[in-house]
Amino acid sequence: MSRIGKIARRTFLVGSAAVVGGVAFGAYYINRPAPNPLQPAEGQAVPNPFVVVDQDGVTLVAPRAEMGQGVHTTWAALIAEELDVDLAQVRVIHGPAAAAYYNTAMMGALIPGKKYEMSGFTHGLAEQLGKVGKLMGMQVTGGSTSMVDGFTRMREAGASARETLKEAAAQRLGVERSRLTTEGGKVIAPGNIELTYEELAPDAAKIDVVTGVALRDPSAWTILGKSVPRVDMVAKSTGTAGFGIDVRVPGMKFAALKCNPARSGMNGFDATQALKMPGVEQVVDLGDGFAVVATNTWLAIQAAEAVVADWEAPTYPATTDAIMAEITRTFDTDPDSTMRDDGDPSTIPAGATEVSAEYTVPYLAHATMEPMNATAHLKDGKLTVWCGNQAPIIVQEKCAEAAGVPQDAVEVNTTYLGGGFGRRGDFDYAVYAAKLARAMEGTPVQLAWSREEDMSRDFYRPAAIARMTGAVQDGKVVLLDGQIASQAVIRQFMTRIGIAPMGPDKQLVEGAFNQPYGIPNYRIRGYATDMTLPVGSWRSVGNSHNAFFHECFIDELAHAAGADPLEMRYELIRDVHAPSAGTLSAVRELSGWTGSTPDGVGRGAAFCYSFGTPVAMVVEVVDEDGAIRIAKAWIACDVGIALDPGIIEAQMTGAMIYGLSAACTGEITFTDGAAEQQNFWDYDALRIHNSPLTQVKVLETNPYMGGAGEPGTPPSMPALANAIFDLTGKRPRSLPLSHAFDFVS
Amino acid sequence: MARTLTINGTRHKVDLPDEVPLLWVLRDELGLTGTKYGCGVAACGACTVHVDGVAMRSCQLPLGSVDGAVTTIEGLGTPGAMAAIQNAWVEHQVAQCGYCQSGQIMQAAALLADTPQPSDDDIDAAMQGNLCRCATYPRIRAAIHSAAAKMKEA
Repeated sequence: MSRIGKIARRTFLVGSAAVVGGVAFGAYYINRPAPNPLQPAEGQAVPNPFVVVDQDGVTLVAPRAEMGQGVHTTWAALIAEELDVDLAQVRVIHGPAAAAYYNTAMMGALIPGKKYEMSGFTHGLAEQLGKVGKLMGMQVTGGSTSMVDGFTRMREAGASARETLKEAAAQRLGVERSRLTTEGGKVIAPGNIELTYEELAPDAAKIDVVTGVALRDPSAWTILGKSVPRVDMVAKSTGTAGFGIDVRVPGMKFAALKCNPARSGMNGFDATQALKMPGVEQVVDLGDGFAVVATNTWLAIQAAEAVVADWEAPTYPATTDAIMAEITRTFDTDPDSTMRDDGDPSTIPAGATEVSAEYTVPYLAHATMEPMNATAHLKDGKLTVWCGNQAPIIVQEKCAEAAGVPQDAVEVNTTYLGGGFGRRGDFDYAVYAAKLARAMEGTPVQLAWSREEDMSRDFYRPAAIARMTGAVQDGKVVLLDGQIASQAVIRQFMTRIGIAPMGPDKQLVEGAFNQPYGIPNYRIRGYATDMTLPVGSWRSVGNSHNAFFHECFIDELAHAAGADPLEMRYELIRDVHAPSAGTLSAVRELSGWTGSTPDGVGRGAAFCYSFGTPVAMVVEVVDEDGAIRIAKAWIACDVGIALDPGIIEAQMTGAMIYGLSAACTGEITFTDGAAEQQNFWDYDALRIHNSPLTQVKVLETNPYMGGAGEPGTPPSMPALANAIFDLTGKRPRSLPLSHAFDFVS
Repeated sequence: MARTLTINGTRHKVDLPDEVPLLWVLRDELGLTGTKYGCGVAACGACTVHVDGVAMRSCQLPLGSVDGAVTTIEGLGTPGAMAAIQNAWVEHQVAQCGYCQSGQIMQAAALLADTPQPSDDDIDAAMQGNLCRCATYPRIRAAIHSAAAKMKEA
């Protein structure tokens, strides 16, 4: 562990939370200290803590956003495991924006290469590269990286805190530290002397922090590896969890946003009618849109509808057909990448049977339950921002620009996120609030988006097209050659945050090029469509379309080869990556897969290795009076170390249903450059009555820890499509499936 | 014109246009932010409250049409004294992002008041108007069954 500094402070701030007479712990040096997020008095330096112990007990400063994935709970569990406190004793707060809270796993995930092939050395290299993440301000919650990122750091912070508190007790009692033990938030000395961490905190603040503490062996864990009660569960069951839209600041005004739905500029607007409406106070020009400020959100939304705006035309093709034609044209350009090129994929082997197919998937919205919003207050040259977000440093930087203040004059308070799914990795919602706060200097204001605005102004999962060619011989796959055309999501995002993109876009082809199939002639090429239509990361990013392409096509190849689609996958994978093959055999057993189904029942299998976690899935559909019901699903995943199996099960199930919803009905289409879908009545999702009964098996044979929040999405869509083929004999090659099939509604 | 609303047993005087939906009266006027805005068109159920015990979408209920006692999630139970349905939600670890859960819980509470021992079909019928993008549905179902069993014992 890097050196940990001593924090001897009576009072300091972690973001906006005051710590009185406490002590803070955390690994904050990497190669040199990053700028300090705390606000020390008297110019004293204070490190970036993960753990604070004071008179109020133990606080985890979690610099990762809680958006439902359970990161606060499992990070608290990592600390509690070493610190010997009950999880219920740990308070968790969202940390401030600070470079020291960079995500060590995120940059590593961006390096080229097939992760399942990584040796220990290259995993180490990925971690080293991860340290560069801080240079890019990547305090990011995303990429299913939080557990990989926090696994060692949080336990080290907890272990260091424990030994320092013991050292404080040792000095107070005049006893060797080695004779002390810890339990339930107390240091215990010979003779049944007990000292609480709270009462030791002021002493601990005066001594050097103990570092280099050996971490406990997993066999000694008492909290990790079990399903524990989530730290946010009571608040989320009583309406007391604070989301961005729940922020209330004294004197705060409510405002509604409306921007150009064709994602271009604004020539002007006429607010005459709106200004006469009840409760309306002003209409503020925000550049490519406006905000109506009123006494409540609903009055503001109504008045925004009454403003007549003159929008500029879109800078991208205006209709879905024209957009899809643009993506199709990309196939005629040079490939952006050829990240897999094994054998001779250009020649169909003599005697082999050629199979080819073209697949298409549409644009998708994130549709988080909580529409975008942010609250901002510019006063005395300082901007305070409150919002749910996945990247607080980027929010801080962009809001500083918008409000015309230095970055260190911006305080970002991260609330709970009412869904993220990648949408809140962008920052536009905060920037509009900062612009509005600048126009209303001195007055705090909450800028809410209507559902319609949220749907119209998303950074969509891009549409994508795949041209797949393959060949089978003697019941085996001998060639797979895939070409994938779409917008490059990460490249567009990098440009948005002001970083020149480097090299090919890995996310454009992930989920296709990096799958552990042993196919002798195997090539995946990506074609990047350069188009300004806004796109962003959508749960599992490129895997969300590429798993559909790859796994539907594998199914077609199995059919052509006369092979069982699940068995064939197993045979192709087992010599390449044992943990991946293990998920296939586990899901075969869990689902009771026999390769045949009764009349009126169809089953489909799919597999995807993403975010370090292989996931195999079987979906069962039944014919219900001519409509298709998604009746059952089975998921097997291998996360390496399952820190909280209950949370992993919930993530796998939720991620699968998120994907199935998109596969059934999800699509964003465009007219005049604007999204046609506006609300849940035309952009719906699966609900309780039409979601499948699901069983999840969590395996732990993978030698490296993988993510949990996203890997359940990619295999869901092809598993459903393959099940529908099994049921109907009709091969789905485009989404959403509702265009060609009727579902139970 | 000023109206008086009874919310969670407390009377509140509200002076707003009649057409303002109850949701926004609760959230922006009275600071009861547990009830959530999701769609504004009664398509997601995040704003569900009870009016005289009946589950209603508060985003579609104009202030001028509120003619009964309103109960919100804050009135159902508190962190220190949760209702049986809320305890079941915690027991089954239902919430992920949590944003829709106030509405889910209010809808479930109304279901159990009408149908103390609901079947899976009853649950499907009562709960399908409540959207959850995290898809916590399996645990919602389990929690409702569990609360029903506990309430039967009591």
